[in-house]
Amino acid sequence: MTLQAFAPIGVLIIIALIIGVIILMISRVFGPHNPSFRKNAPYESGMKPIGPGTRRMPVKFYLVAVLFIIFDVEVIFFMPWAVAMRDLGVYGLIVMGVFTLILVVGFIYEWKKGALEWE
Amino acid sequence: MFESPTLQTLTDYNIWIALPAIALAFGTMFLLVIDVFLPANRKHWTPILALVGIGISFLINLFTYNPEQTSTFGGMFVADAFTGFLNIVVLITAFISVLLSTDYLRRTETNHGEYYILLLLSATGAMFMVGANDLIVIFIGLELLSIPLYILSAFRVTYTDDRDATFVLKSEESGMKYFILGAFSSAFLVYGSALLFGATGTTNLREIFAAVGPILESSAENSGALLLLIGAALSLVGLGFKIAAVPFHMWTPDVYEGAPTPITAYMSVAAKVGGFAALFRLMIVGLSGLTLDAGVDPAAWQGTIQVIAAVTLILGNFVALSQTNIKRMLAYSSIAHAGYILMAVAAVGSAGLVPDIANTAAQAGLVYLLAYAFTNLGAFAVVLALENNDGTGTELSDFNGLYNSRPMLALAMALFMFSLTGIPLTAGFMGKWLVFSAAVQAGLIPLTIIGVLTSVISAFYYVRVIVNMFLLTEDEGSPAVGETAPVRYAVYASMAGVLIVGIAVPLVTNLVNMVSLV
Repeated sequence: MTLQAFAPIGVLIIIALIIGVIILMISRVFGPHNPSFRKNAPYESGMKPIGPGTRRMPVKFYLVAVLFIIFDVEVIFFMPWAVAMRDLGVYGLIVMGVFTLILVVGFIYEWKKGALEWE
Repeated sequence: MFESPTLQTLTDYNIWIALPAIALAFGTMFLLVIDVFLPANRKHWTPILALVGIGISFLINLFTYNPEQTSTFGGMFVADAFTGFLNIVVLITAFISVLLSTDYLRRTETNHGEYYILLLLSATGAMFMVGANDLIVIFIGLELLSIPLYILSAFRVTYTDDRDATFVLKSEESGMKYFILGAFSSAFLVYGSALLFGATGTTNLREIFAAVGPILESSAENSGALLLLIGAALSLVGLGFKIAAVPFHMWTPDVYEGAPTPITAYMSVAAKVGGFAALFRLMIVGLSGLTLDAGVDPAAWQGTIQVIAAVTLILGNFVALSQTNIKRMLAYSSIAHAGYILMAVAAVGSAGLVPDIANTAAQAGLVYLLAYAFTNLGAFAVVLALENNDGTGTELSDFNGLYNSRPMLALAMALFMFSLTGIPLTAGFMGKWLVFSAAVQAGLIPLTIIGVLTSVISAFYYVRVIVNMFLLTEDEGSPAVGETAPVRYAVYASMAGVLIVGIAVPLVTNLVNMVSLV
């Protein structure tokens, strides 16, 4: 395996950079340039921002997001198994059973600890 | 390309050789469920069940101990004498740490069952790491070892009124610092693994070894050798963080000082065992053929590891001289001990020149790790016995006159300090002797001289503790609030270990002589 095999990717990156810079330069040099407050707003059309994006929010949302990701990833792992289920046979079933068991342990834990209670 | 296994072929998969680690993992999950359902007045069962789990895994490890190398999970995990021996070290470490933890958690009001589960998970990670024969398994084992340790380092955060107290803030700082730097170092390891994979086209260490030769021969027309070198260097950086080698040691003193003392004891041993196991496997099994001129030069990474080992020895020992806090002193001493084990890793680099040096050096490293485990756990156990509930009592001056008030603790601490120095008839002497002789056999004379000189220097700060305990008798001595029965058992177990490894030498050498990685 040689580094030369990756040369096209390097060339592509360089060309993309050059083209991007050229386009920005052209519009900057030849185009009209009249900035205004409206134009510089984050969303030119739509609602006005009502405050900074980094304000404080309840940590509960964060907890729910973390718990969601765990089970989201679980489903992602189920997908390839479901596709190849007949080829993997009983072995695949057992391995997925172990995988699910580990997740169920975590689920029991978070349920019992009250992480799923909103109040 | 991919043949799906069936139940008939499952017996050929040898999954049972990973049974010690699997048993501990399942025991941990079982414990997690049990702990959640235990009523509050029966929470004291959690550490007992944790000890039972460790004991079961230990017994399984003894029964499946097999010097013949067998592999499972498609060659990703191997069980041989190396795995079996280090499993024993990890399980002993976890056992003693649980013993140290029970009363400490109660008196610092951080008694949560998750503590023991995280500790066991971390031990599981270490056990998978010592058997890892694949870059991916090394990485997963390292993460499973490290992530619980990040949480445990910050475990002294309480929800009582004194949450702004120094020890709480230090524990928070410790966990955060360890987490950020640990994640950073994992990234180095992954990048190094990716480059090794890019150069050789495989993540299996044996296949990497087979692929290294042809790549070097044809390196004139491709850049594979360069990728191999950079990959090895980045992996070394990643693992260097975990074993706290200079210049990747910056986190060690702060994390060791801020973490709860039983966790400091645990991670100063377990993280090093895991890191060095991976380093030995990677360097011996995977990259020992990475030489620029086969048969003439040593391995290309030998020089780098020699420099790292020398700097680690010098800096660790000299900075430890000026410490006044015993936990920080032991942190710098653990950095220095990483340097001694790195001498064994450096000696492996001469594998192509000196016959059988790879196995000799690996065996020396293993004995050193065992000796270091017993000694360091014992030393931290004594520190823990003297530590007050608010985290004070860990200054060197708190040891003044300890022999008057607690002669047993003082004698134990003296033994551990002698062992850390490397006085004969203690475990530390065995470790140092084997490591130095391996380094001499490999022809690393300057490094050996540095090792001997720095261990003479180390005697100064270790003996200072003994002087404080025995000669400064005008002081009252520490009240030793933490000296409860489990802690005393832990101290006795560590003392027994130090003396057995130091005196009953054949017992250990017979066990270690079965280790052969190549």
